[in-house]
Amino acid sequence: MYAFEPSEEQKMLIDAINRYAANDLRAAAREAEESGELPPKLIEKGWELGVLQASIPEAYGGFGERSAVTGVLAAEEMAWGDLAGAMAVFTPHLFALPILLTGSEAQKQEYLPAIVEGEWRPYTAAMIEPFFDFDPQALRTTAEERDGGYVLNGIKIWVPFAAQAPAMIVYASLNGQTQGFIVPAGTAGLEISSEREKLMGLNALPFYRLTLKDVFIPKTQRLGEEAGHAMEPILAAQWVAQAAMAVGVARAAFEYSRDYAKEREAFGVKIAQKQAIAFMLAEMATEIEAIRLLNWEAAWKMDTGKEDAWQQAYLAAVGAMDMVMMVTDRAVQILGGHGYIRDHPVELWMRNGRGFAMFTGLMMV
Amino acid sequence: MIEFDPPKPILQQQYVLKTVAENMMRPVSRYFDEHEHEIPYDYIQFMHQAMRATGAGSLAPSEEKKEGEKEKRPPIGYQMLAHMLEMLAWGDVGMYLVTPGGGLGAAAVQAAGTPEQRQKFLARFAGEKPTFAAMCMTEPHAGSDTAAIRTTAVLDPQTNEWVINGQKIFVTAGDKSLTPREEFGKGFIVVWATIDPSAGRAGMRAFVVEMGTPGVKVVKLEKKMGIRVSDTAAIVLDNVRVPFDHILGSPTVEKETEKGFKRAMLTFDSTRPLVAATGVGVARAALEFLKEKLAENGIQIRYGLPRQKLTNIEREVIDMEIMLRSAWLMVIKAVWMADNRMPNALASSMSKVKAGDVVTRITQRAVELLGPLGYSREYLLEKWFRDAKITDIYEGTGQINRLIVARQILGYTGAELR
Repeated sequence: MYAFEPSEEQKMLIDAINRYAANDLRAAAREAEESGELPPKLIEKGWELGVLQASIPEAYGGFGERSAVTGVLAAEEMAWGDLAGAMAVFTPHLFALPILLTGSEAQKQEYLPAIVEGEWRPYTAAMIEPFFDFDPQALRTTAEERDGGYVLNGIKIWVPFAAQAPAMIVYASLNGQTQGFIVPAGTAGLEISSEREKLMGLNALPFYRLTLKDVFIPKTQRLGEEAGHAMEPILAAQWVAQAAMAVGVARAAFEYSRDYAKEREAFGVKIAQKQAIAFMLAEMATEIEAIRLLNWEAAWKMDTGKEDAWQQAYLAAVGAMDMVMMVTDRAVQILGGHGYIRDHPVELWMRNGRGFAMFTGLMMV
Repeated sequence: MIEFDPPKPILQQQYVLKTVAENMMRPVSRYFDEHEHEIPYDYIQFMHQAMRATGAGSLAPSEEKKEGEKEKRPPIGYQMLAHMLEMLAWGDVGMYLVTPGGGLGAAAVQAAGTPEQRQKFLARFAGEKPTFAAMCMTEPHAGSDTAAIRTTAVLDPQTNEWVINGQKIFVTAGDKSLTPREEFGKGFIVVWATIDPSAGRAGMRAFVVEMGTPGVKVVKLEKKMGIRVSDTAAIVLDNVRVPFDHILGSPTVEKETEKGFKRAMLTFDSTRPLVAATGVGVARAALEFLKEKLAENGIQIRYGLPRQKLTNIEREVIDMEIMLRSAWLMVIKAVWMADNRMPNALASSMSKVKAGDVVTRITQRAVELLGPLGYSREYLLEKWFRDAKITDIYEGTGQINRLIVARQILGYTGAELR
């Protein structure tokens, strides 16, 4: 059957996240962006909503089953509050979900209970590299088999919370295939930049650069151990998260500019009463809904094991990049000069909006 | 729940319809495109017999539940229709428009008629001969601004008949509904007229005018850019007299409501996503053809790459797939809401906005990408390009639907956002 209404359980989760997103994330967003710091209490409060915990089975310390559909609903709502805050709360997903999806039994036992039973700790992942044609499936960071293990070499950028992370997954090319390697903090040869990375947006998130010089990883620390793992489930989980968060940011920008347009007067009427503005808003709402549905179906395909799930997840992510850029740009446009001033959040959302095209690997549900 | 499995009856239906599209439509698409105003009797007869055999008498979904249907399944009538129309339009959207069964005329009776009127006017579609009905709204000076129509209906107290005078244009299937032919049953048109020109929208009503009524006639068949197999008629009504009970809705002007007009607009809430579905069908035909031609030339689409590494053609195809699938899902959501009796004016108009954009863009880009092959009449692609454009025009232009979406999201009335 077709059905387009979240279950009661999902609605309760969305409501809880919505309250947190509105009262906590949104309220703290501007200050965090300007100061470069997200209050630890804020992140912990989001962590306690239990999105990741509910995705991990009881056998590994959680209290549920992973559902990509629930994940994208949660991600949209979080990102609607604030993208940087949402990404911070979800940072441990980047480590736990690849292990859940593709890790060996021993790896799941070793890491998952420790992560989900405790307070928020920034277990993280290193994916992105400093090249214009960065491609998760053709990495420059290499892994070579040597001395009964693997040796990693390369440069990774934009690794969230790397300096505070107890462990991270580093993705590297092993014989041309992207594979994940579990790298605990303090591993020899792993160098974390002392300065944080500086980006156009997401200033509230501490990103670091990694240099890997002959980092030795035992075979037991390769994701999936000796057999390795497929990348499709990991990429699909990244793409639907990316699309869902883009929908959340776009929805925030749409709602803000819609409300502004209903207040602001020009030529004796509210500007929303002008078709030039009203049509922009109509198209924004339409495109948001289009990508939301495309992404819901992708997530549903993941949950039901459809073969082309990863392909549709990719389509949703690519569609979301254009959609969120268009919507956030128009939100600034509708506010005019005021949209360009940092008193309003739309310029922040527009900077976030541009980033989605290169955020693959920074979010996961 | 959030689920995307098409219900089983739909899957079975789709299998049959695909065969119809491939065998009854595609092989004659070009012929009827080049022989405008000829009638595809084979297709019409086939569809009529097939629909009779399956108990489907009309394209308008039946509200009456058959007795003995105890099992409570979620209603899927509009979902089935959307799938059906998408597939038939994939075959040939012009030919889909000449499917017998009442089309928009029957839909108007279904939406605005009394149970007696539904019985009187809709039963004929299950008869022996294929039968047509049409909706007459547009006039030479009034298209999207439907409240500006000038056709009048005046009650003659002597005979208790309505006397209708006016001109209607752009009537889809108007000729098949009005002009007697041995092959077809007795059709009708639904004419929108005002019973009180000073009352504006509150005075607007729909009237059923049957084939053979004196004073009504088809004066012109339009020559069009596309969908040429579908007749588009201009109709003159000159002192046309119809019985009192041919009025759909209340015979008096009710000051406090705009019921007459709103009823007409309600019809559009349920039919807009269906028109959008036909657009999606044409777009899918074009995209499949494009991919097939590219594959023949050794071009594979690589998924999963960052855009920087895609070729232009890959990027175009991927963008088309995003547009097509998301437009289709918007259609499905709108009809799912209709089936579950949720107010769907917003979802309905959004799906039409999206499908109108998507089908025009996909067909336009596909013709360009295939170069001389795209522009040649050797293939159907150029026809689909011509057929596609009407999706963004009829049943509310893209702009009218944007206006509806905007009013919905802003909470504005027609007076607040003109």
